[in-house]
Amino acid sequence: MVVEYSREEELERLVHELKTVKTSDWEFHDKDNSVYSTGKGLNKKVVEEISEIKKEPDWMRRLRLKALEIFESKPVPTWGPDLSGIDWENTSYYNRPDERKTNNWDEVPDQIKDTFTKLGIPEMEQKYLAGSVAQYDSEGVYHNLKKVWEDKGVVFMDLDSAVQKYPDLVKDYYCRAVPASDNKFAALNGAVWSGGSFLYVPKGVQIDMPLQTYFRMNGESTGQFEHTIVVADEGSKVHYIEGCTAPRYEKNSLHSAIVEIYVKKNAKARYTSVQNWSKSVYNMPTKRSWVDENANMEWVGGSLGSKVTMLYPSSYLRGPRATASNLNISLAGPGTVKDTGAKAIHLAPYTQSKIVAKSISIEDGKAIYRGLLRVNKGATDAKSRVQCDALLINDESASLTFPHDEIYDPTATFSHEASVGRIGTEELTYLRSRGLTEDEASSMIVLGFLDDVMREIPMEFAVEMNRLIKLEMNKLGAVG
Amino acid sequence: MTTLEVKNLAASINGKQILKDVSFTMHGGEIHALMGPNGAGKSTLGYVLIGHPDYVVTHGSIKLDGVELVDKLPEERAKAGLFLAYQTPVAVQGVKLSTFLRMAYNQLHPDSKMKIQDFYDELKRNLNKVGLDETFMSRSVNEGFSGGERKRVEILQMMMLKPRFVILDEIDSGLDVDALKMVAEEIKKYFSDQVGFLIITHYQRILKNIEPGFVHILVDGKVVMEGGNDISLRIEEDGYDWIRGA
Repeated sequence: MVVEYSREEELERLVHELKTVKTSDWEFHDKDNSVYSTGKGLNKKVVEEISEIKKEPDWMRRLRLKALEIFESKPVPTWGPDLSGIDWENTSYYNRPDERKTNNWDEVPDQIKDTFTKLGIPEMEQKYLAGSVAQYDSEGVYHNLKKVWEDKGVVFMDLDSAVQKYPDLVKDYYCRAVPASDNKFAALNGAVWSGGSFLYVPKGVQIDMPLQTYFRMNGESTGQFEHTIVVADEGSKVHYIEGCTAPRYEKNSLHSAIVEIYVKKNAKARYTSVQNWSKSVYNMPTKRSWVDENANMEWVGGSLGSKVTMLYPSSYLRGPRATASNLNISLAGPGTVKDTGAKAIHLAPYTQSKIVAKSISIEDGKAIYRGLLRVNKGATDAKSRVQCDALLINDESASLTFPHDEIYDPTATFSHEASVGRIGTEELTYLRSRGLTEDEASSMIVLGFLDDVMREIPMEFAVEMNRLIKLEMNKLGAVG
Repeated sequence: MTTLEVKNLAASINGKQILKDVSFTMHGGEIHALMGPNGAGKSTLGYVLIGHPDYVVTHGSIKLDGVELVDKLPEERAKAGLFLAYQTPVAVQGVKLSTFLRMAYNQLHPDSKMKIQDFYDELKRNLNKVGLDETFMSRSVNEGFSGGERKRVEILQMMMLKPRFVILDEIDSGLDVDALKMVAEEIKKYFSDQVGFLIITHYQRILKNIEPGFVHILVDGKVVMEGGNDISLRIEEDGYDWIRGA
């Protein structure tokens, strides 16, 4: 019991700190800061221009052009949510905020610095992080890695810088797990990617503090196409965190990222992301990990906001005894479609996967779970557990579940559990009759619904999610 | 002195009139019993007093120290000092009892906030008093609790949240003899000249342990008889027919 108090007190302290950092809306926006943009629309010239601005090696330029061809040849997927609102012609695919990149916070341009400060980034870095990268629109503007890790050979910087500094290392991993041919949005990223992080953790190096990248999309009708690569070499351990926000605009923006994570033999990697998009963003990332023998991959995701999100982090369990877990929380507010889930592909014996997906739908918000579990022949004694829980807050809220299983090995054991609950007048009234306001009561029920997931995730993340959910619930005013 | 005054109260649910004419006045330092046969509207009165949104007040008033509560939200009534121990307490998945009670306490008593450790120490002591162990603190509110455990937790909430007017709806149901004794003991301890109790019951069982000074009989949505504890004793003997006939 004593331990429990201290965790609660710690949470309260953290909540207080985060509140003092700034609870103001993240939907504020700065004036257009870009000093250079490729303008509206996408063609070969735009792609070549991006490559030229970045002074990229020829191999990367060729990969971009190839990806553009694939992008143009693939139709917009129609098997999921309606994507007809993406205005391909009127999107700017590359917007550069400033000439320089820096590892000195003081040199970041004032307005951009203010934005990140409002979001609490420098404070987070000081307190909890081993290193951080900040990206504003298309480019990384700041990166820093604590010296102790640099000395151990850890590489952490934006991917553009890594292409210049460590081209061979980047080449080994770039688009291996997620080839441009994977889907239309991955191809788009391959053509116009800019920014994202490159994190390499050498053999045996175990980093005990997380590393974080913060993405901020500022421009209207822009796209953000970061490409992130995390490599946890044999026996290493790393926790990488991403935070994303964008201001709200009338016109739609597009976020189409790629995240590739390579977890080598006996390594452990955890990827945590908190995405808090405004309601004008189409969020279409492709995230995938390769998990080798006896290695462990953990995906932890919280996804709030956006107009449409399609996100299915995947784990390819490639070596014996590789394990992966996926915890995802989706909040579909009014007007939002969240089509999220996870994929676990068992390619080797004794592999294990666990997927826990929790969704909350408010008003006409729609939360869809779409998942894939595949066990290949020869992946003997594979185990998998999938749990999807949905909470509906209004009568018109909706939740759908599309689990898909492809089991080719008879020794596999797997289970699916699903539940749907609705916040009822009885629960709300009971809590209110003890003095809680309707908002407090419904946030408490929502956080209660998420409690079993919150227990398993890092505390800073849990606190941040709690805070965002409370903000989101408060913004809605009366619920129920 | 603090006073709860219910006057000509009528209320309906889904268009069905349940309460037709209910009037009574109670003061701090008094224990009242509300008795009546099944379906008389006793539990409805409890819900209407705390402002359950499913019930519509069609007539009358509920005044606490002169302040009209009929238009007030449930949380505002709780802040005014009303508390209903539910007949069937509601389970709330994932909401930890200790967190919930602390948040509620801070809402109800913003000027006398307690340190987290002190609050939990008091919670532990009170859990012991109602015969529950400390593990209940970190369990979800009423989830998986037995009927008896839920009733004990209602009393625990009363002890922690310190209301001025307490409505106990069939608090004895689900409790065995020993548990009832224990709960009655805590109710008596909580009772003072600052606190008023309205005990809703259709058996006389709990009233043996807590002697009410005032008894109101509700039949078919109306208060048809009022008096002292002798009425409850006669009901124990003869049931409600003699009242209905009267």
